[in-house]
Amino acid sequence: MKRNEITPLNPIPSKVKEETHEHGSIRDLKEVEIVRLSEEEIEKMHEKGRADAKRRMRIRTATGRIWTTLGFLLAFAVAAFALMPIVLTILDSFMSTDEIKTNYSAVYNSLSSASSETKVYLSSTPKLKMIPDMVSFSQYKTLLFLSPTYLLKFWNSVALVVPIVLGQILVGCLASYSFARYRRKRREVLFFSYVILMLMPFQVTLVPNYLIANKLGIYNTWWAIILPGVFSTFSVFLLSKYMRQIPSSYIEAAKLDGANEWNIFTKICLPMCKSAVYAMAILLFIDYWNMVEQPLILLEDSSKQPLSVFLSQINASEVGVAFAASFIFMLPPLLIFLYGEQYLVEGISRSGIK
Amino acid sequence: MAAHDYNPEEVRKRRIRGRRKRKIREWFVFTGYLTPSLLGVLLFFFGPMMIVLVQSFQRSATNTEFVGFDNYVNVWNNQAFRTASINTLIFAGIAVPLAVLLALLLALLLSSKIPGKSVFRSIMLNPMMVPVASIVLIWQVMFSYNGALNTYMGWFGIDKIDWMKSDWSRLVILILFLWKNLGYNMVLFIAAISAVPQEQLESAKMDGAGAVRRFFSIKLPYLWPTIFFVGIMSLINSFKIFREVYLLAGDYPYDALYMLQNFMNNMFSHLDNAKLTAAAIIMCIAMIIIVGILFIAENKLGRDTEE
Repeated sequence: MKRNEITPLNPIPSKVKEETHEHGSIRDLKEVEIVRLSEEEIEKMHEKGRADAKRRMRIRTATGRIWTTLGFLLAFAVAAFALMPIVLTILDSFMSTDEIKTNYSAVYNSLSSASSETKVYLSSTPKLKMIPDMVSFSQYKTLLFLSPTYLLKFWNSVALVVPIVLGQILVGCLASYSFARYRRKRREVLFFSYVILMLMPFQVTLVPNYLIANKLGIYNTWWAIILPGVFSTFSVFLLSKYMRQIPSSYIEAAKLDGANEWNIFTKICLPMCKSAVYAMAILLFIDYWNMVEQPLILLEDSSKQPLSVFLSQINASEVGVAFAASFIFMLPPLLIFLYGEQYLVEGISRSGIK
Repeated sequence: MAAHDYNPEEVRKRRIRGRRKRKIREWFVFTGYLTPSLLGVLLFFFGPMMIVLVQSFQRSATNTEFVGFDNYVNVWNNQAFRTASINTLIFAGIAVPLAVLLALLLALLLSSKIPGKSVFRSIMLNPMMVPVASIVLIWQVMFSYNGALNTYMGWFGIDKIDWMKSDWSRLVILILFLWKNLGYNMVLFIAAISAVPQEQLESAKMDGAGAVRRFFSIKLPYLWPTIFFVGIMSLINSFKIFREVYLLAGDYPYDALYMLQNFMNNMFSHLDNAKLTAAAIIMCIAMIIIVGILFIAENKLGRDTEE
């Protein structure tokens, strides 16, 4: 069937034959010639056409295949680049402490002198191995059972991030519902100022945060980070964008059934925005799990610092456990990613479309 | 009977009164939903921002003498502030267009007919979830003077490069930035590309338009809003690059990496309130101008493509 579709000149001759006998028009002269072709010749022409089409098709699929392969290879390379640091960190976390020292001490010796002007030039080339000789859990053992600081910092991170995420989602949902449903000119101006605030970098917002933390006497406590985090306007912007997409007919129908605003909010709005709320929570979690700027400025006490800041202060003597610490630190976001990737992708995707 | 009492004036008044009442009630209800957020924002952002504005015209935190624009002039003439601004702008100027362009190319790649698209998308989105602090070690192993990259280059007879203490450090940070941000941008672009009407692409294909032509004439006009959105998000993230710099190079990085946040941190640790507040206001205004230009450009371009 497929071949017949591609083959040119196929059904014309036989059809023409019948017509030429009935009408004696000028067309006859041309078409008579076609009729004169013997069956064999027609078959030959068909054969040629088919072969032609086949060849063209083959070239096209060949080039298509080449492009697909090239594209696949490119995507593979990018994906490998994306995964490499993560995989290496995990692999290295299974090296024993001694192995880390022999492999990487050259690297970290030159780093520890980073603050001073002198550079360390080593005469011997450092041994750089990425894959451990032997799987060893010694890093984890040291980390989890022998030195409590790491775990403490880990819990600091949790204690900072969880209230921020929950609080901002709660406050943000309420505010975005208000912005989505009540649209007057003055409110739009207010909404725009929320957007501007969302776009402000830390360099700007940390100064007022610092000021108010001092005034309220919460400087150097977790509240100095949690409270501004809860009222940050990032979630309001994205969530109200979602809530505005809810068809007004739904809301009108609910109103006719006697629903008040609270019912509309909890029974219609939130269920319809469930995936957006999840996506928002994931985004906020990554953002605050990763934070460095706020604790550096708002927390003086190093015992209150989260793990994100602490990991950067690892010096040469602690390199032995640093990879395991890094892996434990990236584990919660990775698990959340595995669990909530669908929501995240959907949430991000819809945030970009107006 | 009620028909006899019919008084159009009365009815109209009652209707207006009812409408006004409903409007007031509506205002109260929706303002109620907004109140927690609004109070917080006023207390932690807008309110203190006003104090910052006032203090930027005062001699210092303790001496409230009005000094006009002295603080602004001081900050403007400060060498460290200049270096930091220029570095931040250079970085944003290189990183943002690259982040947009490369992400768009990746999205086009993953929107074509290659196998395993969704797996690739997941893997490429992965770096976004990984905290920078936990992959800094690998970056140091790669780029330190005695690190992996220099060793590998040595095998091919290429001289060692002092990655973190030369102008190459910009490249190191740029790679880290792209590693982290491309996935997010790419997902935004994939969504936008899949929203391009399929019929138009099909009919253009029938008319013999090649892949390149189809991209520029059909897809691109639909993609402009997303390009701007991605651009603004990348711009915000490029201002956050201090995080990466701090984690890689500590408090005193090589000059080329000295960012505005480094400057602010130093001002914080010196408790230099005058410079701090003036610098914050300057950056705030600069940010508003940049974003305003982007918004205007988007409106202009968006209108052009609609016509």
